[in-house]
Amino acid sequence: MNQLYQLFIVEIKEYIREPGALFWSILFPILLALGLGMAFSGSSEQDRTIAVVCSSGCDNNTLVPKNETSTKIGNEKIGYTTFKFQYTDWNQAVQMLKQGKTSLVLKPYPNDSISYHFDPANADAKLSYLMLSDYFSNKPIKESEIEVLKQEGTRYVDFLVPGILAMGIMMSCMWGISYRTVDRRNKKLLRRMVATPMKKANYVIAQIGSNILTGAIEASLLVLVTHWVFDIRITGSFVGLVLMFLAGNIFFSGLAWLVASRTSKTQIANGLINLVVMPMMIMSGIYFSYHNFPDFMISVIKFLPLTILADNIRSLFLEGTGINHVLPPFVILSGIGILLFAIGIRVYKWY
Amino acid sequence: MQKDPLIKVDNVKKYFGSTKAVDGISLQIEKGEFVALLGPNGAGKTTLVEMIEGIQKPDKGEISIKGLLWGKNDKEIREVIGLSLQETHFIDKLRVDETLALFASFYSLPKSRIETALEMVGLEVKRKTYTKNLSGGQKQKLALGIAFLNQPEILLLDEPTTGLDPSARREVWDILMNMKREFNTAMILTTHYMEEASYLCKRIIMVDKGKVLARGTLEQLLAEYKNGEIINFEVDSGIDEKVFKELGHYLSINLQENNKKGEIIVESLVNYMPALLKYIEQKSLKLSAIECRKMTLDDLFITLTGRHLTE
Repeated sequence: MNQLYQLFIVEIKEYIREPGALFWSILFPILLALGLGMAFSGSSEQDRTIAVVCSSGCDNNTLVPKNETSTKIGNEKIGYTTFKFQYTDWNQAVQMLKQGKTSLVLKPYPNDSISYHFDPANADAKLSYLMLSDYFSNKPIKESEIEVLKQEGTRYVDFLVPGILAMGIMMSCMWGISYRTVDRRNKKLLRRMVATPMKKANYVIAQIGSNILTGAIEASLLVLVTHWVFDIRITGSFVGLVLMFLAGNIFFSGLAWLVASRTSKTQIANGLINLVVMPMMIMSGIYFSYHNFPDFMISVIKFLPLTILADNIRSLFLEGTGINHVLPPFVILSGIGILLFAIGIRVYKWY
Repeated sequence: MQKDPLIKVDNVKKYFGSTKAVDGISLQIEKGEFVALLGPNGAGKTTLVEMIEGIQKPDKGEISIKGLLWGKNDKEIREVIGLSLQETHFIDKLRVDETLALFASFYSLPKSRIETALEMVGLEVKRKTYTKNLSGGQKQKLALGIAFLNQPEILLLDEPTTGLDPSARREVWDILMNMKREFNTAMILTTHYMEEASYLCKRIIMVDKGKVLARGTLEQLLAEYKNGEIINFEVDSGIDEKVFKELGHYLSINLQENNKKGEIIVESLVNYMPALLKYIEQKSLKLSAIECRKMTLDDLFITLTGRHLTE
């Protein structure tokens, strides 16, 4: 019986027989794309509560609406925001800020003057301020000067799906390979296997190969479902996308192999995987653009492996990039991945 | 030219820091021979077997298998060895026959070997069961099935029945005896059960603190070190130690609780026992317990080390 075939089949069987793994690797990314995609492309009607702190004489202010009343600001093109004014004292207003019930506190004064209290780093508060201050100074939004963009590839969901695809590659390699390795080492199964004439190279090839196959199924399903729901399309080179997919798999398999090369304790492996995965998940621009980070950080973030993978997959999806464009990142990621493998195999503990 | 023994262990030492796990052990095993390494936990049995398996490297000494050496002929040695570890877990959601197929592929064996192995260990009806649903005994049988796939010349079994209930233990013993009968396999078995060693193995090597304490067949060991029979008794009033000498010849005596209780090792039970009972009757002592038995390996181990095998 063929050794490589048996090892490969065992990896696949272990994968498909674990409902939990199937959920997290196939269903979860699709649900995430659907959920976030819908949340950020649904109705443009929004509600905001504004805390109003009234000092003496504020009753003379004719601009700020009375307690518990609402004002709807906006137009058909940009959508409407309903501001609800809740009168309260300063302490209570601070409490509301802390609890996230409001992001903006108004203080009306006599003679129709108003002061706005908010954190300028909070984009939502800033937007509320601009809308309200224009509204109170009687500057309505001019509908005629707004043109709504409906071009494909500029929606949030277009940004999101390639990111989730890249993250899926990282997650299935890191958790799949590391977890299985540590589990088998812990069970002394690796030790039992190397006591036979099994070729170690076959074991490694079967792990990467099975991961690429299952990863390809996961990615295809994600693209198909989001194409069907959101009309997501691959505008660039399909071969280029396959190359980036392979490069991502090689790189993160190599990293997973290295991370799981020594320990036989699941808790330690969990910690190590999180240490590698979490910073990239947050910074590599999966859910939101990393261009909002300070410049000095961007120069680092751009070289994180997940950023390289996500940026290139995204440009293949959205910008119609050709195969030539992704050749350098393909070579770099695959090359480093192979290097990580080489180090991992040297320090690998079979027993 | 003299033929190489199947396994030759020559003055092998393995130290872990200041612990002398194996401290100068030599042994030779021939084809078809079943040998037990008997000793308590921490005696160095597992370390010795792991060195024969090639998993650990001896600090000193040499191990050769069919004249082949670890580090030079690894693949050839692995082809002739079958082993089972102290505890083996398999891939949870892989069926019994799939697990055997995986290991069979490592030896490039035909599919028919899976059937032979299943039959040998009596797991035919469990062939489609996930390994995680097997009982402890069934898991151990599967481990033996795997060890047996390549019909090895040498089986290395590290405590194959530890943690199993008596009936499962018996079944494992039967499987091993079958292997020996049908394929003339040689085996090294580590155990701290003396019944296991004496049932399965002709030759027993007693190990403690990394050294060989005694070796031979069960009969040889018992005869060489202290051939005798044991009387354990308990009476309601103490007996003077001098009396026991007057009653007849004994090899050793150990009295406790003001001489009310004791263990006497005698050469012949038939000679000593009637005299002892007669004395007890004459003195109107009340006998609350009496037990006579043949000396065992555990008694021998206590004589040699002052400790029980199972400690």
